[in-house]
Parts: sequence; structure tokens; C-alpha cells
Amino acid sequence: MAAIEAELQALKDNLLDMLDLVRNQLTKCKKALRKNDGSLAEEILSDEKKVNMQELAIDRDCESILAIYTPVATDLRFVLSSLKITNDLERIGDNASRLAKFLSANANDLPQPWLSQYNLEPMLDIVTGMLKDMREALDKEDTRLARKTAKKDEQLNKLYKEDLKTTAALIAENPEKGKVLLTLFTIARDLERAGDLTKNIAEELVFHIEAKVLKHKKDQR
Amino acid sequence: MKPLEAKKINVFYGDNHVLKDIDITIKENTVTALIGPSGCGKTTFLRTLNRMNDYIETFRKKGKVYIDGKDIYDKKVRVEELRRKVGMVFQKPNPFPKSIFENVAYGLKIHGITGKYEINDTVEKSLKQAALWGEVKDKLDKPALSLSGGQQQRLCIARTLAVKPTIILMDEPASALDPLSTAKIEELIEELKEKYTIIIVTHNMQQAARISDRTAFFYLGELIEYDKTSIIFTNPKNKLTENYISGRFG
Repeated sequence: MAAIEAELQALKDNLLDMLDLVRNQLTKCKKALRKNDGSLAEEILSDEKKVNMQELAIDRDCESILAIYTPVATDLRFVLSSLKITNDLERIGDNASRLAKFLSANANDLPQPWLSQYNLEPMLDIVTGMLKDMREALDKEDTRLARKTAKKDEQLNKLYKEDLKTTAALIAENPEKGKVLLTLFTIARDLERAGDLTKNIAEELVFHIEAKVLKHKKDQR
Repeated sequence: MKPLEAKKINVFYGDNHVLKDIDITIKENTVTALIGPSGCGKTTFLRTLNRMNDYIETFRKKGKVYIDGKDIYDKKVRVEELRRKVGMVFQKPNPFPKSIFENVAYGLKIHGITGKYEINDTVEKSLKQAALWGEVKDKLDKPALSLSGGQQQRLCIARTLAVKPTIILMDEPASALDPLSTAKIEELIEELKEKYTIIIVTHNMQQAARISDRTAFFYLGELIEYDKTSIIFTNPKNKLTENYISGRFG
């Protein structure tokens, strides 16, 4: 086995671990949301530290592979993709942390019926599912799955637009709660962004495996 | 100048079939890197381009090599004239045990040039083109062998340039040099490309990626893939090429 292969395998394992960590954060977010439980927030925030550490470790791995092995072709694309994927995952992790912080600060102030009018739970389900697919796509180098999953981003966009309408209606009825409702809306926006970031991950996987650039397709025409 | 063209080149050393149906067209003013594991035929191919293999008793060739539209193996071709046109730089610097000046002037003299002014002028121009003039202009009468390895290799390049070739073949020209001298040779190749067509055999993948416009990957006597260097090193079409450039074999 070429020395670089062991390094690339270790990088892949680290990425898979990071995917698991972030997915776990989102699963905990759903639990916290369902129970309107601010205490889970601490756990989610402590997971964020692990995610950040993992990002730094992967950055270091990539830097060292580039410096020592000067990879080419698939190997180079994998290292380049990893740098971007780890950045995307870190940002998804940040979104999960913001949701946790919000719940922790507003748990007592949020009537459950309001929460249930938002699409946060189904959105969390979709992003969590997308990340699960990304893990499998990376592990098995399955670009078909990556492409298929990327399309789920559209479902998130739809739910996000519904949440915008919900927010407008609730603020109209309860103008004094405008600030908390707007903050709640930013959580929906974060989850919609998490979908965009997961779609980016799918595109990076396609770039790594097939050498095809999917992003900015319209601009490339 | 028309491009260099090799058509269906097959080379045999006795029963050993070392090059198989090589078809390649090399455009002028480009750098082409020949890569592949040891024994793949890249050096044999390079030597076929200026008939260096003619000296090997068991050498046999089928197919044609055209330079300037002429078959270089045609009986009318004078081999000395071909080698003037197609110069060669070897792996190990091989200056003659003469002065720096004499090394560069040597080729001119054997080609019948005797005018002192012309010789002096060509020696200076060649050393300048080889990026060596500044380092040796005050000691042209000193032995060439007193120069460092990197300087000796640039002297050999100057010696090749002096006889005004159109194509320069380089067989791992920097493999015996330190990183600084290697960088100088690479820089020089980039500059020489403006006037010459360069074909270089190298085992250094990063060097091939840095300096060449096109790369040809040879394996077991076959030309597996020939494409723009930027494609070969980012998205090669053939799995063998990818495995070789990424260090998985060879």
C-alpha cells in the first residue's frame, strides 16, 4: 500500500466521524425541540467544541498530505473536497448550536403551540437524513446517492418559505413577541442554510469522485 | 516548422519488443514530458528521435519519425545533421575535459565554423541562453569540470544550443542535481520553450507537472495516455496513468 493511501484513509475516517458528530448534534436538537428542553443545550454546545476540534484536525491532515505527498488527480480532489466539506460541516454544527442556545434562553418563554406551527422538526429530520446519506455516499463513493440527496434541499426551501408566512402571521397577532418570533424564524433559516451546506457537501463528493464541477452550473453556461 | 510526428513506431532490441505502435504528434515550442516506470520505453523513444539507438547492434525499428516533414530514418538523412537539429542533454552532466569556452565552441568547430568572431559571439549567446553567462564570463578558460553539477548541466545545455537545434531532447536532466540547481534548469526550460521544442524524460512527477505542456505516459512499451499536462495530473482518463502519477506503482 502506498504511504499516501494510509493518510487518505485516516482523513476519510476523520471526515466520517465529523459527519457523525454533526448529525448527532442535529438529532439532539430535535429531542430538545420536541421536549422544549433547554438542558440538552449544554450537551449540544459541548458537541460543538468536538466538531471544531475535528475541523482543525482535518485541516492539519490536509495540510500535511499536501505538503508531504503532493497528491494528484483523485487524491488531490479528495484533499481539496475534504477542506471544503469540513468547513461546511462546521457551519452546520454552528447552526445546531444556535438552535440549542435559543432553546436554552427561551425555553420558558415559548408556547408549545407556536413551536409546532413551525416546520423545525421536519426540517431537522430532512437535514439529519441528508447527512446520513452523505456519510454513506462518502463511505461507498456513491455519487448517485449524493446527487439524489442534494435534491432534498428543495424540500427545505419549501418548508422555510412556509415558516416565513407563519412568522409574519404570528407577529401580526402578537406584536409584543416580535423579537422572539423573529429569532425563531432565524432558526428556520439556519436549517434551510444547513440544507444548502449539505448540498455543497454532495457537490464536493461528486467533484472528488467524478471530477465534475456541479456548483454554479448556471453561471458556467 | 512542422510538428514532430512518430507514426506506428515499434522498436526491438533483438527479440525484446520495447516500443509498441507509438503514435504521437508534438507541436513546436512546447515542452512534452515523457513519464512512466523504469523500463517502460520512454528513454528508448527519446533516443529514437535523434537516432541514438543506431549504435545498438540489436536495434530494429518499424514505423516512421518525421521532423520538419522528413523521415529521419531516410537513407539520405545525414545523422550528424539530424543530431545538430535534434540536440540531447543527458541525465548526468557530461562536459568534455576542456575549458568552459571550448565545451561550447566544440560543436561549432566540428560543424566547420572557424570564424573567431562568430564562435565568440555564439559561445556568449549560448551561455546567456543557458543562464550561465553571469557565473562564468570571467573564467571561460577554466576547466568545465571545475564547475558545480548544476553549472555543468547548464553548460551542456549551452553546448547543445550553440549548434542551433530546433528540438532539444532531455533525459532526466535534473535528476542528479540539488533542488536549487533543479529549479534553475526548470526555469531555463520554460524560457527555452519560446525558441525550441523540448521533449523531456523525467521520473519526477511534480517536475513534469510544473514544466510541461503535454505529458505522455508510457507503460510496458505502450503509449497509454497523451494529453495536456493539466488533464493528466488532475483527471487522467486511464486508471493506469492515475495509479502511476499518484505513486501507486512504478
